[in-house]
Amino acid sequence: MYRYRMRSLGLELLMIAVALVVAFPLYILVNISVRKPGDLSSPAAPTTSPTLRNFADAWQQAGLAGAIANSVIVTVVSVAIVVLVSSMAAYRLARVGTRWSQAVFLLVMLGLLLPFQLALIPLYHTMRDLGLLGSLWSLVLFYSGLQIPFTTFLYAGFIRALPREYEEAALIDGAAPMALFVRVVLPLLRPITGTAVILNAIFVWNDFLTPLLYLSGSDQQTIPVAIFSFVGQYTSNWSMVFAGLIIGVLPILTVYFLMQRRIIKGFAGGLKG
Amino acid sequence: MATNLINSVTTVAGPAARTQRAPARPTVPWWFLMPALLLYGFVVIVPSVQGAAFAFTDWDGLSVVKHFVGLANFREIFADPAGRGAAVNTLVIAVAITFIQNGIGLLLALGVNARIKSRNVLRVLLFAPAVMTPVVTAYLWKFMYAPDGAINGFFEALGLASWHQNYLGDQSLVIWSVVGVVVWQFAGYSMVIFLAGLQSIPSEVLEQAHVDGAGAFARFWFIVRPALAPAITVNLMLSIIGGLKIFDQVWVMTGGGPGHASETLSTLIYKNAFQFNEFAYSIALALVLTVAVAILSAGQYRLLRRQEG
Repeated sequence: MYRYRMRSLGLELLMIAVALVVAFPLYILVNISVRKPGDLSSPAAPTTSPTLRNFADAWQQAGLAGAIANSVIVTVVSVAIVVLVSSMAAYRLARVGTRWSQAVFLLVMLGLLLPFQLALIPLYHTMRDLGLLGSLWSLVLFYSGLQIPFTTFLYAGFIRALPREYEEAALIDGAAPMALFVRVVLPLLRPITGTAVILNAIFVWNDFLTPLLYLSGSDQQTIPVAIFSFVGQYTSNWSMVFAGLIIGVLPILTVYFLMQRRIIKGFAGGLKG
Repeated sequence: MATNLINSVTTVAGPAARTQRAPARPTVPWWFLMPALLLYGFVVIVPSVQGAAFAFTDWDGLSVVKHFVGLANFREIFADPAGRGAAVNTLVIAVAITFIQNGIGLLLALGVNARIKSRNVLRVLLFAPAVMTPVVTAYLWKFMYAPDGAINGFFEALGLASWHQNYLGDQSLVIWSVVGVVVWQFAGYSMVIFLAGLQSIPSEVLEQAHVDGAGAFARFWFIVRPALAPAITVNLMLSIIGGLKIFDQVWVMTGGGPGHASETLSTLIYKNAFQFNEFAYSIALALVLTVAVAILSAGQYRLLRRQEG
């Protein structure tokens, strides 16, 4: 018994040490962001007279308010679309077992293997021809299509394990297919919808390459692009840059720490093969 | 509201309806597929097919005229030191990330799965970097990696000034610096997936094996490893595909430099398409990336499925 506790304590201390190493860069991030310009002490040394000035400066210079609003719009709208259309498609694909249905399912799953870099450039020209370049709608359209294979995969697995009794009972009651889906099936899918929303939202929120291309040359930006152009302009003022980085990452970290249990479960559960 | 509906429906339909309803399966109309298929076709399938076709032309992205040039773009990729270098770098980065990230992720999962008091806090903390925007973490590390940055400063404070490195400026070191950032950010992601696998093992099984005299290694190899097989499959697939597609971290920290020392397929695709207007060449690079993803993930999947048995 004693030996076991000593070993637990050893492991505990070791794991805390590892966590401190992992957290070290985050400490540097905060430490530098509260430094006065011209403070040349070592980056690891705790800042002696911290200031919040850099955050006000970064907020003004980087135009992050607009970028945060854009990121919220793009994330909410594309995740809503992808969750609705994928759950409908998965419902049909999981409930109808014909050869055609299986072929369509495989065609959709093929999308899991295609890196989006291949579609990105031809689609860039289609978007240009449609006059969507530089508009948030190009991103909404892109993510709504891109995330369908993964989201359909999540839903199909979940629906296959779902008993049909409720749907059958509601059918006898004479519900139309769409009403049946919205009122009976969707509520039953709530656990996997949570997972799908979390995984898609984090991907869309953090994506950098797509808005870098599709929004370039416009005054619309999402957070990763706004940070990219902001840092490019002010590389010499690291204190302000770091304040900007913190503002940029704060929304997603806040959501994470508020919902950490749900989010970690989503990442782990949604991907169990 | 929905549960009310279900309740009332079950009471109305009742057992009498149940006995006679055998063939009454809900038919899901075919048009349920249409919104998803239209979006997926427009965004993924059509442009990917176009891309695969354009890779064999000399299209410049502007003119309507395209000429079929056969394999010329691919020959150019592998004749060009930048193209060949990007292919090799991408492969090295992807393989290195796959091994290191999952190795560390597995150790972290074993650590936080043990009965230690801080395990819940540690899980939340160790996973936190995985949700952060890669552009942000890349800038953070660019600063840490600077010659007068926090890492060299840290070694100096320990009296190890001779460990000083130019992490992003040294041609032979730079891709390993990139790998380091990705591993730092996503080891917690691997950890969480391994942890889900570990938690599927009933603790009685491990205790019984312990009582029966199985050592730590034997317990890991014969009980834990087989139970982890699905988690291993998912983790390896995710990291190899993610590693092959890497763009953000490289673009932010080095832009592919110094020289082409950290060039990857994705950075070269971006440069050729949007800075040099070499669209066909760029799409050919994307097709090389696609083939690499397909071969590596399919091969890995077959290998791992056999393990799962």
